[in-house]
Amino acid sequence: MNIPTSRRGFLLGSGALMVSFSLGAEAQEGEVQAGTNAPQPTVTAIDSERLDSWIRIDENGDITVFTGKAELGQGIRTALTQVAAEELEVEPGEIELITADTGRTPNEGFTAGSMSMPNSGTSIRNAAAQMRRLLVEAAARTLAVAPESLTLQGKKIRSGGRSLSYGEVAAALNLEVPLAGDAVLKAPEALKVIGRDVPRVDIPGKVTGAPAYIQDMRLPGMLHARVVRPPGYGATLAEVDTSAIEAMPGVVRVLRDADFLAVITEREFQAVTAMRALARLARWNAGAELPDQADIQNVLRGLESEVGTVAEQGDANPSGDKVFEARFTRPYQMHGSIGPSCGIARLEPDGTLTVWSHTQGVYPDRAAIAEMLGLEPGRVRVIHVEGSGCYGHNGADDAAADAALIASRLPPGRPVRVQWMREQENAWEPFGPAMSITVRGAVRNGRISDFAFDLWSNIHTTRPGGAGALLAARQKSDPATPNVPRIQISPSGNGDRNANPLYAIPNKRILWHFIPEMPLRVSAMRALGAYANVFALESAMDELARLAEADPVAFRLGHLEDERARAVVQMAAERFGWETAKLGPGRGKGFAFARYKNLAAYLAVAVEVEVERETGRTRLVRAVAAIDSGQAVSPNGIRNQTEGGILQAASWTLYEAVTFDRRQITSVDWSSYPILRFASVPDSVDVHVIDRPGEPFLGTGEAAQGPVAGAIGNAVRDAIGLRLTDLPFTRQRVLAALAAG
Amino acid sequence: MTVKLKVNGTVHEVDADPATPLLYVLREDLELNAAKYGCGLGQCGSCMVLVDGEATLSCVVPILALAEREITTLESLGTQDDPAPIQSAFIELQAAQCGYCIPGMMMSAQALLQRNAAPSDQEIRDALRTNLCRCGTHMRILAAIRRAGEMMSAQAPANRRAG
Ligand code: FES
Ligand code: FES
Repeated sequence: MNIPTSRRGFLLGSGALMVSFSLGAEAQEGEVQAGTNAPQPTVTAIDSERLDSWIRIDENGDITVFTGKAELGQGIRTALTQVAAEELEVEPGEIELITADTGRTPNEGFTAGSMSMPNSGTSIRNAAAQMRRLLVEAAARTLAVAPESLTLQGKKIRSGGRSLSYGEVAAALNLEVPLAGDAVLKAPEALKVIGRDVPRVDIPGKVTGAPAYIQDMRLPGMLHARVVRPPGYGATLAEVDTSAIEAMPGVVRVLRDADFLAVITEREFQAVTAMRALARLARWNAGAELPDQADIQNVLRGLESEVGTVAEQGDANPSGDKVFEARFTRPYQMHGSIGPSCGIARLEPDGTLTVWSHTQGVYPDRAAIAEMLGLEPGRVRVIHVEGSGCYGHNGADDAAADAALIASRLPPGRPVRVQWMREQENAWEPFGPAMSITVRGAVRNGRISDFAFDLWSNIHTTRPGGAGALLAARQKSDPATPNVPRIQISPSGNGDRNANPLYAIPNKRILWHFIPEMPLRVSAMRALGAYANVFALESAMDELARLAEADPVAFRLGHLEDERARAVVQMAAERFGWETAKLGPGRGKGFAFARYKNLAAYLAVAVEVEVERETGRTRLVRAVAAIDSGQAVSPNGIRNQTEGGILQAASWTLYEAVTFDRRQITSVDWSSYPILRFASVPDSVDVHVIDRPGEPFLGTGEAAQGPVAGAIGNAVRDAIGLRLTDLPFTRQRVLAALAAG
Repeated sequence: MTVKLKVNGTVHEVDADPATPLLYVLREDLELNAAKYGCGLGQCGSCMVLVDGEATLSCVVPILALAEREITTLESLGTQDDPAPIQSAFIELQAAQCGYCIPGMMMSAQALLQRNAAPSDQEIRDALRTNLCRCGTHMRILAAIRRAGEMMSAQAPANRRAG
């Protein structure tokens, strides 16, 4: 086992990511071939069952913690450091955290599903508690005192006037031991760092211009590349004369491999100029025709291949005089990262490949890139470097694959940086999938008696996995093909996530009409199916409350048994002033709740909206949310992410739909794909965190998406008396609904 | 061809095609990180810098147009050890998620606050009209700009707008 913990390479300088030019020095000693100073991809297996894969303390007492999860702007770098610091009795600033790198960190799959704190947070906390126990027991033996008599402070273990440093105790210990699994965690009342608002370690660097993102990396000898993508899905490259492009200033070469076309230059803007010229010269054979956007929801229903039962109880047969039935739809929506995707790769002298990527999964991405290039996975090293916020599977893995394919054709030692253009990100990222839902519910004696929920969706997760998930691998010669997705019904759900109501309903039937393949490229977007499912479910709850002549909040409470669910509902309603709020003309209030995945964070939200009848403009005026994500590590971090989730979900709900004609995606910039702007930002957003000391971490990042859509729909219903069922609620849709009355 | 550019008080001789947008020169030749590529179309504000004190989208201005002009980037405002008010305020209010949009937001705000350290909420929103944030950090960004204005007013009361 020989994983470097050197401070060189990627340095945490006052919280910002510093990319050093001397990567070679931190290579695996013993694996570096004579005469090279390049980093060598590791061939050492990192055993996530061993303590030293998670935490190391060197003889100087320097503490390094390893996580397989990646910082995506959600603040986990800070929160995971807090967790480790707590159990090690040190300050967070005394810990260096190494994030997702196949050469250094454990394999924790994807950074997704709001699972970083439940997975990595829990693992690191246990490992840190075990480390503390080992240190204390060893110190007790050396000092010949009882372990309980020792105190820990300032990386020292003290007994009366005597003390030992962490470094000297650790140096004498074998820390290459299995993870214990029975480490005793600190009691909730003894916590000092968990639950404290520790400032994010990355913010000072980011607000002063320190290099913080993959886009800021500058490696010695780095070339720039731009890819010329086809005009639409499945288009193939018929012909291109590259000679004129090769003569352009700065052009190193034009790379064509079947339908993969890229230009490589010395300087970045030369690549942009050459890419544009090359795009004008390339002639493509048209690919598959896209469906008519106006009819897309019917098209999707027609693509159903099988039906899976998500949940069934009693005999759901909504009937009688109090029945609500409606069809809800969600369009394709994009992640729309503000910084388009970027990948950097370098072929090393020994034929291995180093790839820097803002991927959500360094290990799966490594497997996919290795498959694409016909390499053993151990000969590819994928290192996560932060990118712009991604909110799911965006173009990150594709940009990494572009860079890897290009680097594999360049001389060793020449890194290449591929930066996607805005129009490429918008046209080629895998979108959040469109969905269609039919809800039928019946009320009897003031309660929901029957509930039927039919949803049409694909599997939302088409991440790598296989090379077929990568654009470059599908365009090059000997192309990879995507895996064929299969319906999978799991407790946490996927396309069916949160389709099963948490409310107590005697007769219910939840069916997933499975769409195996989508006409547009799709993958995981924040909350997966929960966004559309909760929108439909919470809209229906509001209508069922009306049928029961009940207040929507009281009606929900009447169907909720889980005390923690009831607590967030009550808190959001109370802090909003649900019963007393006085709303002006054209305004309405709406409420919604969900427990994300039905097993993670609880979130309830109350909103006020304003609808201008003349223009159809709908604005979120204020939002008040309550969230319970278990033991709160960083309450301010939870608020920050939840505020972000609320505003992003408001943007999806009010403005966003991918547009396309029969040949290509047409929403390729920010005017054709409008998102929330400052003119429409709410007056206030308040998030209240309910801390649950001693309870498991439940994750935070995705909890708001569905409830916000539901609450806005319900508030619009309150404001104008009409139920909107098709997302997004654009001006045109609102005007059309008002005209139809 | 060589173009002279005055960036953060220093004149640089840059060897680049005069049609190159300022953003690429800042990032590649001068190795400045704060101005970011977001769209290259003048639609998102990630690349915002000041030119003669005015908030300017560096992705759409060719360097040719910038001789003799004062170009200011976020880097020149302050450092981690000695942050400017706008930087202190964003740190204090933890006004970032991924942070990619934030330098551009800060430059739009800086241009506003240099003219008027006590802007109304509407004036702040107007100053940010081209800036997009995808993480939904807007509420904190607005709060941080208000806070920065307070700090700047406290530092230089004479700058405060009459009335
Ligand atoms: S990068 Fe300049 S406005 Fe978007
Ligand atoms: S903080 Fe991520 S885009 Fe604004």
